[in-house]
Amino acid sequence: MFYQLDFEQPIREIDERIADAERREGSRDVEVPALGGVVSPQPEREGDVGELRAERDRVLRSLYRKLSPWDTVRVARHPNRPQSRDYIARMARDFVELHGDRRYGDDPAIVTGFGRLGPHKCLIVGHQKGRDTQEKIGCHFGCAHPEGYRKALAKMQLAEKYGLPIVTLVDTPGAYPGLGAEQRGQAEAIAVNLREMSRMKTPIVSVVIGEGGSGGALGIAVADRVAMLEHSWYSVISPEGCAAILWKQANEQTNAASAEALRLTARDNLKLGIIDAVVSEPVGAAHRDHDQAAELLLSWVVDQLDELVGVDRDELIQRRHERFRALGSFEELQPKPAEAG
Amino acid sequence: MTRGQTKQEARMATVATRSWTDVKTDQQKKTSVPEGLWLRCPGCSAMIYKRQMEANLHVCPECGHHYRISATTRVEQLADDNTFVRMFDNLRAVDPLKFRDLKSYPERIKAEQVKTGQHEGCVAGEAFVKGRPAMLACLDLTFMMGSMGSVVGETLTRAIEHATEHKLPLIIVSCSGGARMQEAGLSLMQMAKTSSALARFDDAGGLFISVLTDPTTGGVTASFAMLGDVIIAEPKALIGFAGPRVIRQTIRQELPEGFQRSEFLRESGMVDRVVSRHDLRDEIARIIDYTS
Repeated sequence: MFYQLDFEQPIREIDERIADAERREGSRDVEVPALGGVVSPQPEREGDVGELRAERDRVLRSLYRKLSPWDTVRVARHPNRPQSRDYIARMARDFVELHGDRRYGDDPAIVTGFGRLGPHKCLIVGHQKGRDTQEKIGCHFGCAHPEGYRKALAKMQLAEKYGLPIVTLVDTPGAYPGLGAEQRGQAEAIAVNLREMSRMKTPIVSVVIGEGGSGGALGIAVADRVAMLEHSWYSVISPEGCAAILWKQANEQTNAASAEALRLTARDNLKLGIIDAVVSEPVGAAHRDHDQAAELLLSWVVDQLDELVGVDRDELIQRRHERFRALGSFEELQPKPAEAG
Repeated sequence: MTRGQTKQEARMATVATRSWTDVKTDQQKKTSVPEGLWLRCPGCSAMIYKRQMEANLHVCPECGHHYRISATTRVEQLADDNTFVRMFDNLRAVDPLKFRDLKSYPERIKAEQVKTGQHEGCVAGEAFVKGRPAMLACLDLTFMMGSMGSVVGETLTRAIEHATEHKLPLIIVSCSGGARMQEAGLSLMQMAKTSSALARFDDAGGLFISVLTDPTTGGVTASFAMLGDVIIAEPKALIGFAGPRVIRQTIRQELPEGFQRSEFLRESGMVDRVVSRHDLRDEIARIIDYTS
């Protein structure tokens, strides 16, 4: 289960050697750390195991430094990758979950609630994909319905009322494509969120923690600061969707090609100006160490909030508008004199 | 002639609905074939005289099927004669991502420009509608499925800003496959950009009439198109977030008759009115009068 990514094969071999070495030392009563536990080298344990661990870190680092875009997508979907609830449990104190959109229902694919992040009282909003089968089905694998987006908006407006900053965690393959979702206005729900978030009178910080799939992601990501975790993806369509349309078929090869073409990695999005920062993950990606991943994320989020909470509200909205207003890439010819047509 | 569609109301109920995969981007070509040609109406299968259909605002005189029309035809139909002043048509697509699928993005753009005679997928400008001044923007389905890339997003945003500044009612006629994949994340950001501009327009008290035509889907629906103060749809237009094929694959069951059509949206409470193309100018003018 843990080693499901084929490019991680070299790690598996080193892990086996580490396990062997530990078994040999194990007779001298040392605890065997769980696989995927903290991988920082432990200086008190010299010799074989320490060296192997260092070797493992080196290999992990070099593997993850040159991930292809398609492999990045696979890491972003890793079954052990921390989800919103994992981050909330580690980052937030006194979390008070708030349910329901007061109109139709409560969509478990979007979690909302009050929480304290460092010194800041916040509203936290996050997509939830679900961990076990039952939760996954309940959450529609992180694909929210209109009631999810409306719940998010209602709680954000509540936060606005009390001047609480908003932190959103984005992790969705896309908004749910289904009968009920269409009937209840999926498009309208997302559109209204875009408009209302753009003029919300409180700071908003968004982080793509896994998958940032299209409008379903953007629906909670119109923010003053937008970041992506190192191994997440964010684009207008999933690589599979893009491959199916432009390459006429989705297979391993076309998926990889479209992942490349879509420029969906954190680094590419930063270059395009779509995001403002890339938040580091632990060595070998967030799924190896939830605690450290949460620590890194919390520290970035708190830094942003520190900067944003003091900003004048009108100024804040003005800057947020300008941030999105500036996005796009086109050529502007010398304007011709207007003609009646 | 212009009321020719009414006698066929009964037949409309049995009209075969087209599927999303029928979407054609060469309408323009079709409507410019030599004169005197007859067409088989996709709505009622009747053979209709093409010029008669065109004179009927591109609506089938037999069954009232609304043909898809280009942005320039739309402008001609909506604006008072010789009042439309085109704006922001000096914007051109670039290739920020060096996007390449089976063809490169610049090649595709070039081909679309040759095919349509348009530089991009949106026509915007000031116009009068039955004597009322307005800002009018129309997406062009014939240009890359009316997809929204940076140029379309920027043109719309400038149109919204112009309407805000000059206190003009804003009319946007949508028809689109959604965001333009070839500009990936930057296309996605056009959704936020246009919506943010509409927030300011709304703050300034502007009237936005959103007209949804066949088809309006994806990122266009999920941004400015559904943000109208008043939302009008043309009859039987396909309007939705996800395409029917994607939904069918997801839920693995057949979709009900008329699903995601204008009338379905009205029933679901998502659009204010379903209005025939013949009445569109009247209705727009009437709504402007109520809000000014």
